[in-house]
Amino acid sequence: MRFSTLLLLISTLIVNSISIAAPDLPDGLNAPSITTPLLPDGLFKPPSLPERIDTSKQPESPLNTSTLNISGFADYRVGIRTQQDPNENQQSLHEMRFQLALQKETTSSVINITADFLADGTSSQHAIDLESGQGWIDLREANIVISPLSYIDVKIGRQILTWGTGDLIFINDLFPKDWQAFFIGRDLEYLKAPSDAIKASFFSAPINVDIVYTPQFDADRSISGDKLSYFSPLSDSLVGDRNIIKPHRPHADEFALRVYKNIGTNELALYAYHGFWKSPVGFDPINNANRYPALRSIGLSLRTPIWQGIGNIELGYYDSYEHTASDNPFTPNSEARLLIGYEQELIRNLTVSMQYYAEWMQDYDRYKTSMEFIGAVHKKDEVRQILTNRISLQTHQQNVAWSIFTFYSPTDGDGYVRPNVHYKYNDNWSLETGGNVFIGQEANTFFAQFKKNNNLYASIRYGF
Amino acid sequence: MNIKQLISFLVILSTPTLTVAASPSIDEIIHQTNQMAYYQGRDGRAKVKMTISDAQKRTRTREFIILRRDEPASDDIKNQAYLGEQKLYVYFNRPADVNKMVFMVHKKINSADDRWLYLPALDLVKRIAATDKRTSFVGSNFLYEDVSGRNLQEDRHALIGADEQYYIIENTPVKADEVEFSKYIMYIHKTSFLPIQTKYFDKQGNLYKSYTALAVETIDGHPTITKSNAINLITGSSTLMEYSAVQYDVGLPDNIFSERFLRKAPRQFLR
Repeated sequence: MRFSTLLLLISTLIVNSISIAAPDLPDGLNAPSITTPLLPDGLFKPPSLPERIDTSKQPESPLNTSTLNISGFADYRVGIRTQQDPNENQQSLHEMRFQLALQKETTSSVINITADFLADGTSSQHAIDLESGQGWIDLREANIVISPLSYIDVKIGRQILTWGTGDLIFINDLFPKDWQAFFIGRDLEYLKAPSDAIKASFFSAPINVDIVYTPQFDADRSISGDKLSYFSPLSDSLVGDRNIIKPHRPHADEFALRVYKNIGTNELALYAYHGFWKSPVGFDPINNANRYPALRSIGLSLRTPIWQGIGNIELGYYDSYEHTASDNPFTPNSEARLLIGYEQELIRNLTVSMQYYAEWMQDYDRYKTSMEFIGAVHKKDEVRQILTNRISLQTHQQNVAWSIFTFYSPTDGDGYVRPNVHYKYNDNWSLETGGNVFIGQEANTFFAQFKKNNNLYASIRYGF
Repeated sequence: MNIKQLISFLVILSTPTLTVAASPSIDEIIHQTNQMAYYQGRDGRAKVKMTISDAQKRTRTREFIILRRDEPASDDIKNQAYLGEQKLYVYFNRPADVNKMVFMVHKKINSADDRWLYLPALDLVKRIAATDKRTSFVGSNFLYEDVSGRNLQEDRHALIGADEQYYIIENTPVKADEVEFSKYIMYIHKTSFLPIQTKYFDKQGNLYKSYTALAVETIDGHPTITKSNAINLITGSSTLMEYSAVQYDVGLPDNIFSERFLRKAPRQFLR
């Protein structure tokens, strides 16, 4: 054998030994002809070269077309008090609701109209009032959105407005809420009541600004006695539908401002508000009527990923600036408010969150003096504190959502528990059940005053 | 040894070397596949329809539009130039209960993703605390990580075989206790580098889940999986995912992926 032949033989052997050393196929892959996937459509021939000639598959984006998006639902909902309440019906909720939401897009604007048609079997108020949402129609949205300049969005008309970082606790979000809907077991979307306002948003690299102007003050849809009994300090007892609160509404406007910026993953915001307390926390002894005292506030918030979840902190100063508010027992004092929250997914599909919230009354000594002056029996604490906890779990391929939200006030010694289960039966039908449970010994503390309203509710909904 | 023999010797010697040079390295394969699956073009948009079937053949659907923008302008896998922060905007149309809802992700390579959800009925921009990437995406058989991409550094990759059409890659997790699989095997199409099938094996080594590409379309020069199926062999459920109206290099501005456009959807890119 010549030397070169030997080399040839050796090199052939090397090649062969390389192919022999290739890893064995694992179990399940020993018969590649069976387990190797078939090539999908489109790969039977090699992919075509990156040419832009074949544009036949390119979908033409239809410019200048306007589209109409229609959606909505029908929702039947019943609720019952789990104890007797001499001031209210045993049935806490019995209603059929039909929501129709239209969204019309044109090249330069978007128009949103969302109307709820409601047959409410438990309300004693039947006249249509778009402000309070009473009657057979509740107009949720009727607005137009335009962008007059590339960096400005303007939304004009009836709209739902939300900002701030709290979970069911609001400091700088002074847009109207519907606490009655919240406590009787309507869908959570109804916690937010609509505003008739102009929202102008300005966007720029250094800072974003939202200005909301509400020409006519929009109050909360607060507890009035219609559906929920409450504590009346005047009669020093729980009262209800024979003592409906009909407050005087100021004929004046509201301003709300938010300046915000994201720095890295930190969401920072500053807030300001000029208007009125959103609930009728003031009292006019001459006309014997509840009223909305003047309020202005400033605040700030930070939301950021921290540790293994999301943390948030929000501060606000409520300046109850009416003349002599501190000395007037019928006008609330100024307050500093603080919220700290943290949320984390503990295990897959299970999320837990905690919040600490405090309201610190200013000029507390003067409040005490003024309350003693009128011989008031019950006095608020200087600092009211609340702890909240939310546990939410998704099961059955995310078709069932379980949640329980708990408020507990160590200073008032009361609390509120909201269990809820929501099941999506299919793409259209869903079922929901839950409860509103108020706990506390005293009759006059915030949550405990509703203890005759403990209720369970259930709903069936068809969405389209 | 004459010249002729020397040449034939050199040719034979160099043959295996040539073979090695012609087939890309494992690193090149996985990065090329990652780029093809998640990073094609500077940006992209698609209409997506998911049909989720359970063992009883009851179906649910999800319809949404997905917008994606890559921070790196390059599609080059050299020096991993294509890899970088990526932003996703998912606008839901159907079913009714999620209509107009928006899910937004700022995907990071070396830190946790930032995720937001916009709930239109409450006008609420919620920051999502969920960090588990192996959670079902909108109740389907695709996981969040299947939609947004799994970081390549979380697995060890081995080329365990090849045939005329496929590179066969076995991936084993670096942190085995953080995931439910013991390994997954990908069949990567040799010419397009598209992952045609992925098979997941549980801790006992049993196959329990597979993804299969059912259709590919070449759009603007980008071979794109437009139809794929995910099957869970344990529950008997499956999800068919169909892409339509796919476009690349749309010119999506970066600011679309911000709070402004959560509250006011960028209509011109959602039609």
